[in-house]
Amino acid sequence: MLASPLEQFVIKPIIPLHIGNTDISFSQSALWMGIAVILATLLMTLSMRSKALVPGRWQNVSEMLYEFIFGMVNDNLGNEGKKYFPFVFSVYMIVLMGNLLGMVPYSFTYTSHIIVTGALALTVFILATGVGIVRHGLHFFSLFLPKGLPWFLAPLIVTIEVISYLSRPISLSVRLFANMVAGHTMLKVFAGFSVMLGIILGILPMVVNVALYGLEILIAFIQAYVFAILTCIYLKDAIELH
Amino acid sequence: MEPQAAKLIGAGLAVLPLLGVGIGLGMLFSSVINAMGRNPSVTDAVKGTALFYFALVEAIALFALVIALLLLFVF
Repeated sequence: MLASPLEQFVIKPIIPLHIGNTDISFSQSALWMGIAVILATLLMTLSMRSKALVPGRWQNVSEMLYEFIFGMVNDNLGNEGKKYFPFVFSVYMIVLMGNLLGMVPYSFTYTSHIIVTGALALTVFILATGVGIVRHGLHFFSLFLPKGLPWFLAPLIVTIEVISYLSRPISLSVRLFANMVAGHTMLKVFAGFSVMLGIILGILPMVVNVALYGLEILIAFIQAYVFAILTCIYLKDAIELH
Repeated sequence: MEPQAAKLIGAGLAVLPLLGVGIGLGMLFSSVINAMGRNPSVTDAVKGTALFYFALVEAIALFALVIALLLLFVF
């Protein structure tokens, strides 16, 4: 019988390690995270070795990534937002590398686990709230009360605003996680059909798989972009309070 | 009703909100195409924004999928 298409997300340890009762083995998730860090570092440092004024191919890629995120941070956060640029760039690279490395056959998508995306989203949320509270003190909570509101609507609106503010890390993490899980599950399901139908008829699900693969690469880029730009928007909300 | 049957019916009901997602995406892209048709010079500006809001609306569809998967495989 066919294996469940959700089995590809099971974490298997590569180097089993234990401290007492806790399992801290080096899993495939950690391996691909390490590969993502190494790739991102190599991409940004090696490509800028030549430091040409007219960039060659690899330098062009680095400069495009840099200018893309820098434009985003500048548009949303203004001049004083430049100090958040390394954070937004790191978040973008983590998510982009995670999504794209998952497209390599036989690899593992570490962004397809809610614990990873949840940790990233929680970091962004705590940073934005922390920046807001440190900068504005208790005035930060005026974020939840829009201007020009009749007094009798205030309790209802404040409740709704607080709930929607608290749902930000949830929506940020679940969006990325569910996109990755849904994409890879669909690929696996159609691949299962290919195996079931044999060699000749099995070409049809494979054609669908090729189209889905292209869609998945597009979604990898879009989800990384959405994560980064929502980070900028949440930081802007905290800094400018409207 | 047996729990397994209830789970399957619940998972099926959990994807009904995709109707709203379909309508939302249709409205979004119809206005994008309308804008690009009336004023071809804003194509680049509109394209980035359109993709961003597409991802946000798609996220709602995926929340429904997550609830359906939760019902089927966790409970």
